[in-house]
Amino acid sequence: MSLDPQTQERPAASAPHAAHTEYHPSTREYVRVGLILFALTCIEVALSYSSISGAKLIALLLSCTVIKFLMVVAYFMHLKFDNGRFSRLFALGAIGAFTLYVVVLLTFNVWSRVS
Amino acid sequence: MADVELAHADHATSTGLSSTKLAMWLFLASECMLFGGLITAYMLYRGKSTTGPYPEDVFDIGYTSVSSFVLLASSLTMVLSHNAALARDYARMRLWLVATAMLGLTFVGGQVFEFTTFYKEDQLAITTNLFGSSFFTLTGFHGVHVTVGVLMLLICVVLSFRGSLGEDPAFSVEMVGLYWHFVDIVWIVIFTLVYLIPTSHALQPPPT
Repeated sequence: MSLDPQTQERPAASAPHAAHTEYHPSTREYVRVGLILFALTCIEVALSYSSISGAKLIALLLSCTVIKFLMVVAYFMHLKFDNGRFSRLFALGAIGAFTLYVVVLLTFNVWSRVS
Repeated sequence: MADVELAHADHATSTGLSSTKLAMWLFLASECMLFGGLITAYMLYRGKSTTGPYPEDVFDIGYTSVSSFVLLASSLTMVLSHNAALARDYARMRLWLVATAMLGLTFVGGQVFEFTTFYKEDQLAITTNLFGSSFFTLTGFHGVHVTVGVLMLLICVVLSFRGSLGEDPAFSVEMVGLYWHFVDIVWIVIFTLVYLIPTSHALQPPPT
């Protein structure tokens, strides 16, 4: 644990980050997350070569993708441990992009061709 | 292993949050919209090309999988660099930053090779068909983002050697890291939607 001497000298009211400490995962935790991401990618590639097809394949692949996305955002980008306002800000963009994606694709009936 | 904790030195703000970090997250949120639009355009044009080559004719899933592993590994080296910076082990921080940049360059090199193969061997250019236009635009934009990330990483290394990486080097590395991880999550989505999910051409049963 290390505290910046400059931070310690400031009054808490004038230094927003001095009043609290942030948790950061250890190297071992990061490696564990990295291994899980590696395993999920292996599963995705194996699924694409498997006999599973159609909507079932798409559902499985998208599930793996969502898990990988959330793990990177939560652990590597520290949103799990950071101030909730950063999460909400990022979620605004991510949900906006997803909404745009779904609305446009539904408008043009893209999913009806994959069943 | 001991968990790493720290308190950031930062200027006072009305939100109580670092303005730099807030701006970075706002930027990343806007980048989500950019790539959301590009991915949507790709999905919209999926399987609508009237002439080949089609995705299943050109994609090499094995090759792209290796590229994906390389980019995932770079995200891991990036957080290790940040952890080293938090522990004030700046030599190790630079080592992991260089490793991340090298992995990023490997990914970009792989993408250049892939594009060249598509163009020379499969006659797929950006103007060939709808697939070519949307594919090269989407993955090209991502490749440019990775290249910018590599430059940012290398600038961090140079600034660190010069001792001018700011009052809190860990914070600077964290900001570059946020951008780098964002590039990684975009690839996670592209890899699945573009490469792994087959197009309607591939889903159709073979003619009897």
